[in-house]
Amino acid sequence: MRKCYFDHVAVNPLHPEVLDAMMPYLKEDFGNPLSVYDLGMSARNAIEEARGKLASLVNAKPPTIVFTASGAEANNFAVRGIALAKQSRGKHIMVSKVEHHSILNAARFLEKSGFVVTYLPVDKYGTVEPGVVKSSITDETTLISITHASSEIGTIEPIKEIARIAKERDIVLHADGVATTGNIPVDVKELGVDLLSMAAHQFGGPKGAGALYIREGLRIVPLIYGGIQEGGRRAGTENVPAIVGMGRAAEIAKNKLNSKMAYCKELRDRVIGGILKMPKVYLTGHPENRLPHHASFVVEFIEGEAMLLMLSMKGIYAASGSACSSKALKSSPVLLSIGVPTALAQGSIVFSLGEDNAREDIDYLLAEFPLIINRLREMSPFAKGWGEGSEGEKCFTG
Amino acid sequence: MKFVHNVKADITADIVYMMCPMHLLKLDEMIKGLDKGQVLEILTDYDGALEDIPQWCEKTGNQFIGMDEDDDYYKFYVRKPQ
Repeated sequence: MRKCYFDHVAVNPLHPEVLDAMMPYLKEDFGNPLSVYDLGMSARNAIEEARGKLASLVNAKPPTIVFTASGAEANNFAVRGIALAKQSRGKHIMVSKVEHHSILNAARFLEKSGFVVTYLPVDKYGTVEPGVVKSSITDETTLISITHASSEIGTIEPIKEIARIAKERDIVLHADGVATTGNIPVDVKELGVDLLSMAAHQFGGPKGAGALYIREGLRIVPLIYGGIQEGGRRAGTENVPAIVGMGRAAEIAKNKLNSKMAYCKELRDRVIGGILKMPKVYLTGHPENRLPHHASFVVEFIEGEAMLLMLSMKGIYAASGSACSSKALKSSPVLLSIGVPTALAQGSIVFSLGEDNAREDIDYLLAEFPLIINRLREMSPFAKGWGEGSEGEKCFTG
Repeated sequence: MKFVHNVKADITADIVYMMCPMHLLKLDEMIKGLDKGQVLEILTDYDGALEDIPQWCEKTGNQFIGMDEDDDYYKFYVRKPQ
C-alpha cells in the first residue's frame, strides 16, 4: 500500500544529512560542552557552529540565539521570562486566541499569578487585526505574543505591522515562529520582533531541539536555573547531537527555502482545489496568506478522528486540529475563535506537506479522500437532510 | 563597600536576572577584552555579587572602583590595571 505522510506540522522526517551530522556526537564525540579537555571543546565548538547556522537562517547574530529543548519551552521562556522581567513596569500582557497551548497556558499561569491577560480576537481567517492590538494596549502592557503562523489553520499573521505598533509604545513583541522558521522566509530584523521561538523538527531537524531568539540587550528571567549553559539564560547540559542537527537542518533549509516553498505551494494548491470540489467541505484559515505547505479544512457531518483512522487505513497520514486538541477530543479553540460552530469544528482535517511528498501522493489523496468522506457521511446521523442547508454554509458563505 | 556615582565606563555587561556564577564568568570574559586602564560596568541583581566582585578584583589584581545602585539592580565598576 502507498504511504503518504501529510502531517509535517506535527513533525518532519529527519533529513539524512542531518542524521549524518548528528552521529559523531552520539558516538565518539560524546563530551560535555563544559569540560575543558578536547572532547568538551569539540562539543562546545559544534554548538557554536550550530548557533551560527541557525542565526543565519533568521538573520540574527549568533549570541542572540538560546537553544532550548523544544518550541514549547521557547514559548514558555519568552512569555514568562519577559512578563516577569518587566513586571515592575506593568502586569498586562496580550496574546492572540489562535496561539499554541504553550503560549495560552503560559499566559493562564501568569494570570493566576496576578497578571492581566488580553486574549486578542481574530477575524474569520484567523488574522489578528493590528488595529485591535493597538486599541487593546494599556499603560501597563509590557508584552505582546502573536504566532507568526498558525499550525492549525495556516494563516500568516501581520507581525511587521504589529511590531511597529509595539515599538511605538515600547512594548516587547514575541512571535511564535515554530511553524514558519525553515518553511518561509523569517528575518527577525525585517519582522521587527524582539523574540522568536523555533523548533528543529519543523524543518528537517530532530525532535527535542528548539531555540529562542532574544534581541540583544533585552533582559529576560530564565525559565530553568542551574548551570552556566547558554550564557546563564538556560541551564542544563546541552543536547549536543540535537543542537548540531538543528544547525545542519537550518543550513539546508536556508539553501532550499525557495524551491521547497514553490514545490509545496504547488502541491498545496492542488490539495485545496481538489478537496474543495467536495460538497460541504470548507477551507479554514486565509485562502492566500497562508503557509505554503498547509491545507486545512472542516468537513461537515463527520468527525475528524474517523477521517484520520480511515485515511490511515489507506496509508495516508494527516491531522485533525492541533495534536493536543485532537488527543483530548476537544473542540479546537483556534477553530472556535474564527467562528466555526462546535459541531462543525469536530470535522477538522489538516494536510501539511513536505518535499518528501510526490505529486502522485496528491493524486492518491484526491482519489481516496472523497470515497472516505462519502462512506462516513452515509453512516453519519447528522448528514440526514443535509441538502437543506448546514452550519457550514452559514459560517463560511453566509 | 565603596559607593560611587557617575562613573564613566568604557563598556557595560548587563547580566540582570542571571544567577551565580555568571557575574564572575562575565567579569572575567569582559575584562580580558579591555585595554589597560579601561573601566567595565557590570549590571546585576545578584546579591552575592556584593561580596564576590570586590574579592575577585583583589585576587586577580584588577581595581574595584566601587558600586552604585539602581531601583532593581547593582552597578559595579572595575578598572583593568595599567
